[in-house]
Amino acid sequence: MNFVLVLEQTLNGLQLGVMLFLMAAGLTLVFGIMNLVNLAHGSLYMVGAYLATYFYQATGSYPLGVLLGLAGTMVVGIAVEVIALRTLYEREHLDQVLATFGLILFFNELMAILWGRAAIYTTLPDYLTGHVELFAGLRYPLYRLVIIAVGLAVAGLLWFVVARTRLGMLIRAGASNRAMVAALGVNVRLLYTLVFGFGAALAGLAGLMSGPIHVVQPGMGELILIEVFVVIVIGGIGSIRGALAGALIVGMADTLGRAFVRPMLATVLSTTAADTAGPALASILIYLLMAIVLALKPQGLFPARS
Amino acid sequence: MRHKTPSTVAIGFAAALLAAGPALAQQKVKIGFITTLSGPQGVVGEYMKNSVELALDHLGRKMAGLEVEVIYGDDQVKPDVGKQVADEMLKKHQVDFVAGIIWSNVMLAVAPTVTDAGKFMIGTNAGPHELAGKMCNELFFTTSWQNDDTPEAMGKVMQDQGITDVYVMAPNYAAGKDMVNGFKRSYKGRIVDEVYTRLGQTDYQAELSQLRSKNPKAVFVFYPGGMGISFLRQYSEAGLRGQFPLYSVYTVDEISIPAVKHAALGQYETRYWSPDLKNPANQKYVSDYRKKYGKMPVFYGAQSYDGILLIDSAVRAVKGNLADRKGMIAAMRKADFASTRGKFSYNTNHFPIQNFYLLKAVTGPAGQDPVMEIQKTVFTNHKDSYAKECAMR
Amino acid sequence: MNSRRRAIVLAAGLVLLAAVPPVAALANQPFYLDLVRRVMIFAIAALSLNLILGYGGMVSFGHAAYLGVGAYAVGVLAHYGINNGYLQWALAIGASALVALAIGAVSIRTSGVYFIMITLAFTQMLYYLGISIAEYGGDDGMRLAVKSQFPGLIDLNDANAFYYLVLAILVLALFLGQRLVDSRFGMVLRAARSNEVRTRSIGFSPYPYRLAAFVIAGAVCGLAGALLVNHTAYLTPEFMNWTRSGELMFMVILGGMASIAGPVLGAFALLLVEDALSGWTQHWQLILGPLLVLSVLFLRRGLAGLLFGKNE
Repeated sequence: MNFVLVLEQTLNGLQLGVMLFLMAAGLTLVFGIMNLVNLAHGSLYMVGAYLATYFYQATGSYPLGVLLGLAGTMVVGIAVEVIALRTLYEREHLDQVLATFGLILFFNELMAILWGRAAIYTTLPDYLTGHVELFAGLRYPLYRLVIIAVGLAVAGLLWFVVARTRLGMLIRAGASNRAMVAALGVNVRLLYTLVFGFGAALAGLAGLMSGPIHVVQPGMGELILIEVFVVIVIGGIGSIRGALAGALIVGMADTLGRAFVRPMLATVLSTTAADTAGPALASILIYLLMAIVLALKPQGLFPARS
Repeated sequence: MRHKTPSTVAIGFAAALLAAGPALAQQKVKIGFITTLSGPQGVVGEYMKNSVELALDHLGRKMAGLEVEVIYGDDQVKPDVGKQVADEMLKKHQVDFVAGIIWSNVMLAVAPTVTDAGKFMIGTNAGPHELAGKMCNELFFTTSWQNDDTPEAMGKVMQDQGITDVYVMAPNYAAGKDMVNGFKRSYKGRIVDEVYTRLGQTDYQAELSQLRSKNPKAVFVFYPGGMGISFLRQYSEAGLRGQFPLYSVYTVDEISIPAVKHAALGQYETRYWSPDLKNPANQKYVSDYRKKYGKMPVFYGAQSYDGILLIDSAVRAVKGNLADRKGMIAAMRKADFASTRGKFSYNTNHFPIQNFYLLKAVTGPAGQDPVMEIQKTVFTNHKDSYAKECAMR
Repeated sequence: MNSRRRAIVLAAGLVLLAAVPPVAALANQPFYLDLVRRVMIFAIAALSLNLILGYGGMVSFGHAAYLGVGAYAVGVLAHYGINNGYLQWALAIGASALVALAIGAVSIRTSGVYFIMITLAFTQMLYYLGISIAEYGGDDGMRLAVKSQFPGLIDLNDANAFYYLVLAILVLALFLGQRLVDSRFGMVLRAARSNEVRTRSIGFSPYPYRLAAFVIAGAVCGLAGALLVNHTAYLTPEFMNWTRSGELMFMVILGGMASIAGPVLGAFALLLVEDALSGWTQHWQLILGPLLVLSVLFLRRGLAGLLFGKNE
């Protein structure tokens, strides 16, 4: 096991973690502020990927595609919030889970009707493809470095907004005491809609970033939805810091697990046993991790509310 | 008296009509076609359904003068739903044939239900080894292949080319393991590593880094559906295309090529069929499919098309007398129809004995997607490895 | 009054169900017997979920796991040649209870969405485990060549007999469920759901009651799993998929959580609508999705609320 490989896998884990963070941030924000469990977050991820691809191909400009994709997802998110989700804020988590599950079915089918069930072709502009030579022997795809950079930038932006701006103050206040914020004359309804739209844009960003390297097809959101929930549960619901910590932990654990669990097992077990146990263990590793974290800290690592 | 006569005539007339009723109803061939029509996998079902419709068009919607009715069912990729759909087709719609089915686990739940009811099960994709071996049945025929055949062919290709140090990857589920086992049956060279990834995984960066560090001479993978598209993109993007030649089964086909385009170039696959196979039936199928649906057909479709033609050959042989099961079985065994793969015959277990070809994804005509082209024949009249376990002769 | 209306509706429903086999035979539509039998099996599973979900307030997203455990218990024993129904079904119930005990012991320490997630995680673990074990077919699953044998008592190959057995088990589950909910045990459970702090202050710790309910629910669902595998003559890890758990949850909420019989209505509604819609169009999810959303938003008491009227 050479040093360069370990370093490369670490970068991989970091990139996966950052991608998970983009998804988790929106979800945990909505949960923390509005106490809404939104399974349809994965659908917004999918909408972002589809819209960005469509606009890129329609306009021929990648930056324009990204911008329109983000704006489009935000609009869709706000529309969904106004039409379907407003009544759910007061309801129990169960109702929210089931209603948003129904939305998943609807959106998947809608995409299938608009663009067909087959995966659609996505591409990146030339200046984002290719490799970068980091140092001796380690060539890393440029695009993935861009993802890491964007993700960290978004994390920084979120921190700035939440900690240093008036909007962020309202968000933090809303998270601790909704009624008081409303009593102080703040338009809570507008605040919620804005926060949801923001969360939708984050999901859309994650979608359009991952589209070109993964697959854009109906149902793509559900594939990572569970992982994202695992992330925010580990990190602590409602906390951006928790989302970042959880995402990085899950991203690292998943990547390093897939890479090194089987070879490590092979040193103690026979090869055939390691061959069967290895992949099985790697698949369930993140769930195991979540169970352990919850057993020790039932509210997650950095819960927003005490 | 006189006013009673009309009523007796009416009753008589009605009675005659009723007696004729069942006879009139018999003038139809009913086929139940089960595939996946909803959800992300519905894209495969779409190609199959379209091909069935095309076959019916070519037959004029009649078999031996009888009208044909096809009832489509959606298995939602779930064996118990597939079985319920089959039950509905058998008991409610009273179909004469059940055809289709993409997935092995659905097939294993449905086929016994159909054959136990005394009806034909015409598989047009799934080829689990149980049905080729111990569970073979005189009422089960398939127009596809046995699951192991295709990787066996690829194994032979790589063995014959003297390639050593192969890196093998597949998803960690039954089909994945079957593919690798089939591959190893004919490939006897050195396998650098055998990696099983999580089913449904979308990000392969970690595995690709491992692959690069092991420095194999070639890579063999099995990644169907969306997994294949993700894998191909990432393989290409990681710059591994130029470094390690990629051989695969069921990973690159006419459904996934439009999604990956040039990332598929240079890919090797083995298959029993390709759109460029030169025989009249296939050329007609491909050109008519492209005309009617605007897309290149895929092997799932060719198999389904053949399934309908197989049924037609049997119905014609017994001149529409669907009660003559023995006659239809004998007719089907002859495989006497114009198949898209050319002439082939059936083995004792009712699986085809057919050729397998090496395909390569090459640049398509100007401005269009890459296409798969046959490079050479790998197996001639290949028999599957489970026929000896079947008790039928 | 209200309970009389409920009793009448329930009795009518049971008479209807009992009439299905002869009516289906008369109309020469044996398919409907199978369809209703499948719905009843899922009704039993949904009923068991309602115990912890509706009455216990525990939103378990992993309940389908017990369908799988029960089914595999029967399938694995049959795989090794043991076809004795008593043994198989006893193992199905016992193993499910044990698994529920293990999962519950860890999960019930958490609450709210954490509970949802951890139950989901456990069911995913079981699902991936099922896929990995090639000996039992992996994701190809296993065929049940021989149904559970109950020599001298009943032959499950007789479609009518099997149907009435499932109906009998459903009635038994309804009856026992109602008794459990009305008992002291059930009252503590319901009290803990509505006001945990007050329940504690009276001197009851919710944890052992919740765990007991969790185990009972798991065991009953395991029995449903044994019934299901005999019905389909096939089992796969798909039985344990989280989307199946979602379907069970839908049956409970659609039918109405405030009554024992609610989930039965929900099972019928959901599965029959699904069957009808998917026969009509391949885009049935486009219709079912919003239907589910609307039912959550507007049918607060579920179908049972509509039929039985307001109750506790």
